Amino acid sequence: METEVVHTNFKSEEYFINMGPQHPATHGVLRLLLTIDGEIIKKVEPDLGYIHRSIEKMCERDSYQQIVHLTDRMDYLSANINNEAVCLAVENALQLEIPERVKVIRTIIGELTRISSHCLWWGVMGMDVGALTTYFYGFRDREMINDIMEETCGARLTMNYNVPGGLMLDIHPNFVKRVKEFVAHFKTKLPEYDRLLTGNVIFQKRTVGVGVLSKEDAISFGASGPVGRASGYSCDVRKHHPYSAYDKVTFTEALKTEGDTYARYLVRIQEMWESLSIIEQLIDVIPEGEHRVTTNAVIKLPKGEYYQKVETARGELGVYIISTGTKNPYRLKFRSPGFSNLSLLNHIAVGGKIGDLVATMATLDLVIPDIDR
Amino acid sequence: MSYFSDIYKGIKTLLTGMSVTGKYFITSKKGAITQQYPDNRDTLKMFDRFRGEVIMPHNEENEHRCTGCQKCEIACPNGTIEIIWDRGIDEETGKKKKKIDQFVYHLSMCTMCGLCIDVCPTDAIEWGQNFENSVYDRTALTRVLNKPDSKLMKGVED
Repeated sequence: METEVVHTNFKSEEYFINMGPQHPATHGVLRLLLTIDGEIIKKVEPDLGYIHRSIEKMCERDSYQQIVHLTDRMDYLSANINNEAVCLAVENALQLEIPERVKVIRTIIGELTRISSHCLWWGVMGMDVGALTTYFYGFRDREMINDIMEETCGARLTMNYNVPGGLMLDIHPNFVKRVKEFVAHFKTKLPEYDRLLTGNVIFQKRTVGVGVLSKEDAISFGASGPVGRASGYSCDVRKHHPYSAYDKVTFTEALKTEGDTYARYLVRIQEMWESLSIIEQLIDVIPEGEHRVTTNAVIKLPKGEYYQKVETARGELGVYIISTGTKNPYRLKFRSPGFSNLSLLNHIAVGGKIGDLVATMATLDLVIPDIDR
Repeated sequence: MSYFSDIYKGIKTLLTGMSVTGKYFITSKKGAITQQYPDNRDTLKMFDRFRGEVIMPHNEENEHRCTGCQKCEIACPNGTIEIIWDRGIDEETGKKKKKIDQFVYHLSMCTMCGLCIDVCPTDAIEWGQNFENSVYDRTALTRVLNKPDSKLMKGVED
């Protein structure tokens, strides 16, 4: 009969480590307080607020035109879509009739922003699981979009191209040509992404079955965007509550049911294809007309509460404005997708290894300024 | 048996990935992606709409288009623009008229949102393409945009 050997020198007990705030895999200043036993994660506690800039409070100080440029600094990778959200909220409150041209241009630029955000995510995702080359390829293709943005909007990252009532400037004469060049270029590069990373055995071993999120949990945690859709939760705002020109285009919502890291990866890759198809449908049919509706120099929203949601590259962004009839909002609340997506990290990371946590976080696609605001 | 098929699959996907990187290794020429800044300074041209800094163009007779209406100062979210103005006597009509003394621009506070240029009724300010704004002392970032002894261009009204 064997007797159980009791080790007296070593004790099995939980301990804490800090991941971040300067950890490269947290993509910003996010601090995770990990409770681990050996290498098994027992608990993940996100600690936020390192770059809190009180954007919501600053919005109460600013006029409605000035608010738009602050939203660039939230989710800086989908800056144009954030701008659009505020502008749509203000326009709906004022019941402005927006020209078709503006709607189509906003949709095209929004989809370009989504592709550029997903390009960056793809590069960084590969880097997080150990494939450095993807980073350069992702940034190479993103550079073309940045050039298009710089030529038309004037800036590469914080565009501030939308104003309540339309667009600050009309599109640059080269815009259509450059977008077509990009679409043709990117169609040859996207299959390379698959060959380089998607089919790779090491990558699949790192991602398949890691960080599984069920559909029920996705709904109860308020997951949105690719994170929710990878769990089978159909939550695309563009599909269910179309804004701008999304009701005129046909596209399929990328849905997967597995809910693991690999499914979230595949959803984003498919979204890039869908975005390309949306751009192709619209780029030849940009209607002629005004690029801007004149509004009052001082915009005063009627008294009341207004809500507008849009689909950013990360999920559902909601803008909730309470107006008392003055030139500033009484309260402005952003429902950011990153915050909800981060809240489920503890749920899906527990029981996994630290390496799995990095892969899981990469597919949650967190942008910390969006979470802290 | 699955042991060997795993090895085969692993090597196959590895080679598939390496065929992509290998293609670029062989075909890409030097400087295909990166720009050799600052060596290319002479040929580097920014896009027309690029937002580098706010400038106030003057014509040959040292005249600008700013009437001192202060709309840009109100539109700016960060207090970047300060207009110090005075009342001068208009030469033609002989009446007192607002004129700018100094158009102070704090580049260090500017977020390049473009609201000031968007709101300007006389197109007095516009975007400059200079982006090399590093200085050793931050006071150098506070600039007076109107040149000394400059005057308002004739015929510009707000």
